[in-house]
Parts: sequence; C-alpha cells; structure tokens
Amino acid sequence: MKPVMEIKKLTVDFGGLRAVDHLDLDVKEREILALIGPNGAGKTTLFNCITGIYAPSEGSVFISPPGGGTGTINGLTPNIITRKGITRTFQNIRLFPNMTVLENVMIGRHCRTRARIAGAVFRGKATEREEKATVEHSYHILEKIGISQYVNEFAGNLPYGAQRLLEIARALATEPFLLLLDEPAAGMNPQETGVLDALISKIRDEENIAILLIEHDMRLVMSISDRIAVMDYGKKIAEGTPEEIRNNPVVIKAYLGEEFVA
Amino acid sequence: MRKLSEIKKSFLASIWFMFLTFPIMVIRVNPIEKVVEWRWRNMVFVGVGSFILSFVWRYMIRQKESGLKKNRADDRHKTPFIQRVREERRLFIPLIAVLSVLGVSFPFIFSAYQVNIMTTALMYVVLGLGLNIVVGLAGLLDLGYVAFYAVGAYTYGLLNHHFGLGFWAVLPAGAFMGALFGILLGFPVLRLRGDYLAIVTLGFGEIIRLVLENWNDFSFGPSGIANIDRPSFFGAQLSLQNATVYIYFLMIAIALFTVFVVNRLQNSRIGRAWVALREDEIACEAMGIDKTKTKLSAFALGATWAGMMGVLFAAKTTFINPASFTFLESAIILSIVVLGGMGSITGVIIGAFVLILLPEYLRAFSEYRMLLFGAILVIMMVFRPQGIISNVRRTYKFAGINISGEQSK
Repeated sequence: MKPVMEIKKLTVDFGGLRAVDHLDLDVKEREILALIGPNGAGKTTLFNCITGIYAPSEGSVFISPPGGGTGTINGLTPNIITRKGITRTFQNIRLFPNMTVLENVMIGRHCRTRARIAGAVFRGKATEREEKATVEHSYHILEKIGISQYVNEFAGNLPYGAQRLLEIARALATEPFLLLLDEPAAGMNPQETGVLDALISKIRDEENIAILLIEHDMRLVMSISDRIAVMDYGKKIAEGTPEEIRNNPVVIKAYLGEEFVA
Repeated sequence: MRKLSEIKKSFLASIWFMFLTFPIMVIRVNPIEKVVEWRWRNMVFVGVGSFILSFVWRYMIRQKESGLKKNRADDRHKTPFIQRVREERRLFIPLIAVLSVLGVSFPFIFSAYQVNIMTTALMYVVLGLGLNIVVGLAGLLDLGYVAFYAVGAYTYGLLNHHFGLGFWAVLPAGAFMGALFGILLGFPVLRLRGDYLAIVTLGFGEIIRLVLENWNDFSFGPSGIANIDRPSFFGAQLSLQNATVYIYFLMIAIALFTVFVVNRLQNSRIGRAWVALREDEIACEAMGIDKTKTKLSAFALGATWAGMMGVLFAAKTTFINPASFTFLESAIILSIVVLGGMGSITGVIIGAFVLILLPEYLRAFSEYRMLLFGAILVIMMVFRPQGIISNVRRTYKFAGINISGEQSK
C-alpha cells in the first residue's frame, strides 16, 4: 500500500525546547496507525504541526491523497490543510457549544460548499440545492456515527461521550483522506470505548480513509491498530505491529510498563 | 428563620446607605443665612427606601435561583414565549397583522414628534441588526461601530454639498463606503480577539471622529455640514411634515429589508461560519473555514448597514457634525445588541425599541429618567444576562427521510 502522508525529519522547537525531533512517519492508505507515548512526548505537537496550527522548524510533511493533489503542506494555514483532506479532532473537546449538533456537522461541510454572500441573500436554485444537500449529508453522517437522536440539541448540552463522537462526525463532514484523532477515548467509560472501537474500524472500512490516532487506552490501541508508532521526548523510538510493540523492550521501558509484557 | 436573616441583612444595608448618604442628603449648608440645616427627614426616607429595595432585591434573587433549579430539569421541553409565537401560525399571523396596521397608521394618528421618535427607533433597529452581525454572530466586540455611521453620513453630506447628489444616488454609495471602511478596519485587527479587539475598534471610532473634527478643509470641522437635502419623492421635494412621514415609511421599508437580509445571512453557510468563529476560533479554522475571509465579511456586512443608516441620518436631520458620532452612540448600539440578546434578530428589534423609546417616554420623570434607565439596564443584566431573547438556533425536521429529532426525544 502506498503512503498517503510522509513526514520527513520533522522538527518543532519552542524556544530551547525541542518538542518534536527529526521525526519520520508514514501513514499508508486505509490503515489505522496509532501514536502512543508518555505525556509530553510531542504527540499533540506533531498533530498541531501536521494540521498547520504550528509551523515546523525543520522537515516536511508530504501528502499524496488518493484523489490527486500531491505536495508538501508545510506552512499552509489550517483551513487550507483541511480543504486538502486532513482533518482532526481535539484532545480537549472543541465543539461549537451554542450551535446545534446538526449545525456543527454542517460547519464541517463549509470547505466543500461554495455559497457566498449573494447566494445567501438571494437564495437561488443552486444555493437552495447546496443547502439541502448539506443538511442531508450532515444528517446522514450523524446517523452513521449514531448520534442522530441529538440532531437539534445544542452541542454543549450533549453527554460527554456523544460530544466526542460529534467531533468525529464533524471531522468526517470535511471528506478527509486522513483523519487525525487526538485521544478519542479520553474520559469515556469502557462501554463507550467499545462503541468507539467498532466505530473507528467502521469509518476506515466504509470511508476508505487512513486514520492516525493518539490514544492512551492500550486495549483500544492494541485491538484496532494496524501499526503503532511510539514517541518519547519528541523522537520516534519504535514502530511496528501491535505484537512487535508489545514485546519491544525499549517501549516497555519508556511507556508500557512491565504488566504489558506478554 | 430565613426571613429573619434577610430582614437583618436588609436592615444593615439600609444603615449603610443612611451613613453613606448622610453628608449629601442630611446636611445642607445655607450660605446666605450661614446656618447648617439638618434634614433628618431625608434620612428616614433613605433608610426606609433602601430597606425596601434591598429586601425586594434579595427576594427576586432568591426567586431567580429557585427558578433556575426548577428550570434545569424541564429546560429542554420548554420553548420560550417569543419562539412559540414565531412557530405557531395562530399567534404569529395576528401579531404581524396588528403590528403592520399599527405601523402603517402610526404617522396618521400621532404627531410629527412621535413619528420622528419612531423613525429614530427604527434606525437603531437597523444599526443594532448590523452590529449584531459583528458582535452577536461573529463574536467580534466592536466598540467603534459609530465610525461607519459617520462615514455614511459624511458620504451623503459631502457628496450632496459638493456635487448636489440626491439621497437615492448616495444610499448605495454610503452602504458601499461603510463596507469599505469595515474591511479597512478589519485588516489590522484580524489577529486580535476580545479585549484587544475592543480597544482597537474603540480607537478606530475615535480616529474617524477626530479626523472629521479637525480636518476643516475636508469635513468643515466641528461646524459640520448644514442644509443637506431630504430624500426626494420621485424627484419632488416634500414639505417638512410630509418628509417626516415619508422618511418614516422609508425607514420601515429599510428595516424590513434588513431583517430579511440578516435573517437569510444568519442561516446560510456564511452565517454559520460566523457563529462558529464566535464559538471557537481554532476549531473553526481546523474545520476548513477561512478565518480572514469570515472576519472581513462580518466587518464589511456589519458596517454596510451603518453606512446606509448614516446616509439616512444625514438626510433626516439635514445637518451633521462630528458631535453626533461619539463613543456614546457606539455604546448605545452595543447595549441594544446585548440587551436584546446576542445573535437574535427579534431580540435586537425589541432591544432597540426599549432602549430608544424608553428614555423618550420617561421624560415625564424629568431628571430621574436616566437613573431609571440605568436601573432597568442593571436589573436586566442581573436577571437576564443572556438578553431578552437568548440564543435560538434553527432546527431541522427529518420526518420525511428519517426519524425526526422531535419524536425521538
């Protein structure tokens, strides 16, 4: 399988602190790649760098989406990167709390629609059609994710687990080829994590997209990942299948701890 | 038991007030007869008055708190009255009918003075709706909104003075100039948020006013521009009486037009982007929304209405000078938006009528009217901080294709 994103020698410095240090990472087509590592290892910084919130100090991120449009995405603004097909969710939920659930997803459709001010005021045929398609598409995504019962609720009023799912729904609405999930299971109970587990695999299979996820819940990581990359102090210290990672002494020392030794 | 402690607290408050107001309310030095008057009676008034007010205040706070607790449980099923009016045709149609009959017959029933006040109130409706785009929807706190109002007014004033252009020719020009200045202000403040944005926009408003005040060759300085033409009626100039009525109807038309446009904008792709920007800037960008374009479009579209109203203001008063465009105007327009409820069209309309008509009709209370006005604002902010109408978002029904959101509740 060919890679959809290649990260080469990526480095991010904050003053004297090197948060990400010459990191190489490939994400292949239709794979679930988990990124694990202790707190402060630079996982979220890497996400922020891929999605354009930070600019890398060195190195590059090269994308080759299935639909065409290969190139590096360093230095592009977040909205352009999203338009190119990389979307993310946030570790600490960042929904639009005073908009309805459906509207949250409709925001995700923003970069795939084109109605402008004149269209909004005169509401011609094309705008009407686009608006209708946006509503239907967004509702369809909510159904797929399984939170369509909340459609007209304010996002801020949703239970925690549903808010996490809504973030994923909103991200999917942008039609990504690569979805970055930042700790999607954080704060979820085992039952909700189980639902999430099935959902992530389902998204990969049905949408044919690659998923890169940061997660601390080892059961989830081990069960859904095709590959796992381990970061520590900004460097990649290991990469491989769940089985390989589980038995890697370096990883055990840095992160997993003794109880995960099979 | 609880009552007793409340009474005690109110009693203490009244003692405090008596003490604090002692120098101004009780002692009076009569410089002519060189004696000190001790007006003990006033002290009694202050004491009793503050006791009662304090007690009522506590009572209302308690009511509000117990109300909150109760509400939380059935909050989702209760629709506010105004929303219900909007949704139910049985209530909505008669209301609209009554309002339109009232609106049309108003100038023929009431005096020119009343018509003038109503026109002013309608102008503030439009200004409020314009600022609502910037502050209420996009969440960009703009304290210099009056600058665009001034730009519109001077556009008409100057074009009329130098080139004799009429109202109808300049109205779109004023709107355009407003939008242009909106973008002009938008560029430098793109990176700013919250307090910083407020300060810079405040500065921008003052700059425009100061330029108008000091650049004599351009704007005629503090003396302003006089003898601006009133709007013509198909080329004919009207008498003062007729012009007042004419401007009133014109204003109703513009206000309706504004409501129409803002309503459509609010529920469009652009409007949702504005709200998303207000809610969370980082998430908004991460969802593929161009922050720059969205902010600039909000500033431009908000300022458009101010520019338009500026032209109408110049045409209505036939005289403009920089003194009409002080920070106080910005503050009033902002109060309309906040009082009415950020992001709510109906709220802003009600807010504008309350804030503009109330001081006018409180004139009966002469010097106390501003005091009353302030008290109403304070009470409003304590008991209903979200504004008259709180954030209402459009809901969608999916009965046709799927289960509807309503049924599944």
